[in-house]
Amino acid sequence: MKRPEPIQIVKQRRDAALAALIEGVPYIQFMGIGFERRGDELTGIMHYDDKLIGNMMLPALHGGATAAFLEVTATITLSWAMMWDDLERGDLQDLTPETLPRLPKTIDFTVDYLRAGLPRDAYARARINRKGRRYASVHVEGWQDNRERLYAQATGHFLMPTRPTAGNG
Amino acid sequence: MRAICGQCQPLPRADVRRIHDPMNTTADKADRVRAFMEALPHCKALGLEMTEIGEGRAVMQMPYNPALVGDPATGVIAGGAVSALMDSCGGAAVMCHPKALASTATLDLRIDYMRGATPGQVITARAVCHHITRSVAFVRAEAFDEDPTAPVAVANGAFTVEMPS
Repeated sequence: MKRPEPIQIVKQRRDAALAALIEGVPYIQFMGIGFERRGDELTGIMHYDDKLIGNMMLPALHGGATAAFLEVTATITLSWAMMWDDLERGDLQDLTPETLPRLPKTIDFTVDYLRAGLPRDAYARARINRKGRRYASVHVEGWQDNRERLYAQATGHFLMPTRPTAGNG
Repeated sequence: MRAICGQCQPLPRADVRRIHDPMNTTADKADRVRAFMEALPHCKALGLEMTEIGEGRAVMQMPYNPALVGDPATGVIAGGAVSALMDSCGGAAVMCHPKALASTATLDLRIDYMRGATPGQVITARAVCHHITRSVAFVRAEAFDEDPTAPVAVANGAFTVEMPS
């Protein structure tokens, strides 16, 4: 049996691939969204900034910023799941924004606003309910201080990118 | 007061009364809605501009900005930015409805993305508050790039309505 790779090598490869995926998208930088990884599980973090405010009296996050955060989390989680097997096999090396797989396209996205978004960091995790060759269905939960008290949730359908190296997978 | 998740700040009481004063003109209310929609930090960050506002209707524009690109391979604007535009425009349509008080919040918003907006073009959203009850306002919205024949996205939403006190 092949010896397992040293943990630093595995972590470095996974973190570099995730960073390449995130850094390639200007809008993710604009919104101040980052991702934390535990194995293959991703948690999206929208770092608080005054420019995310949509209600100055409360104050509260803009509903559109929350929708965008949940959609980014869904898209990145889906891309990450798509890349994972190739990444683990060592097929994806030296990823740059130019050599990354194409992102899935959103077909529709429905956001359910449960409570006001407070002026602080927000977190989100996506669950892929179905991932086929062409379509995927993803549910996302967003929370702030308390994981059990969601402030928003969303469901979306996505069109999967066509894979250029179909014979490889 | 229930949670407000959307985009509109409540007006001071005196302003609310002025808006709902039947002696006041619709144009006056429209001006107020326009002024504070455009003052919201997230709307400013996206460069949103309100080009039309009337009774239960609003039109808002988002200029092309490379910082808002969601697909680096094509230069297409992120769906999230289009969502924020549609949500803002929907909220404005509710606020300027004759039966609504100034404040509103999004309860639910569904967006269908028909096609990517052409890179470099302005995106224009048109929202209509087509039905309103004492508690809920129903909104339809469409977003276009510079091709007016096919929408980039359409949306349906439900918004809260503040009860007169």
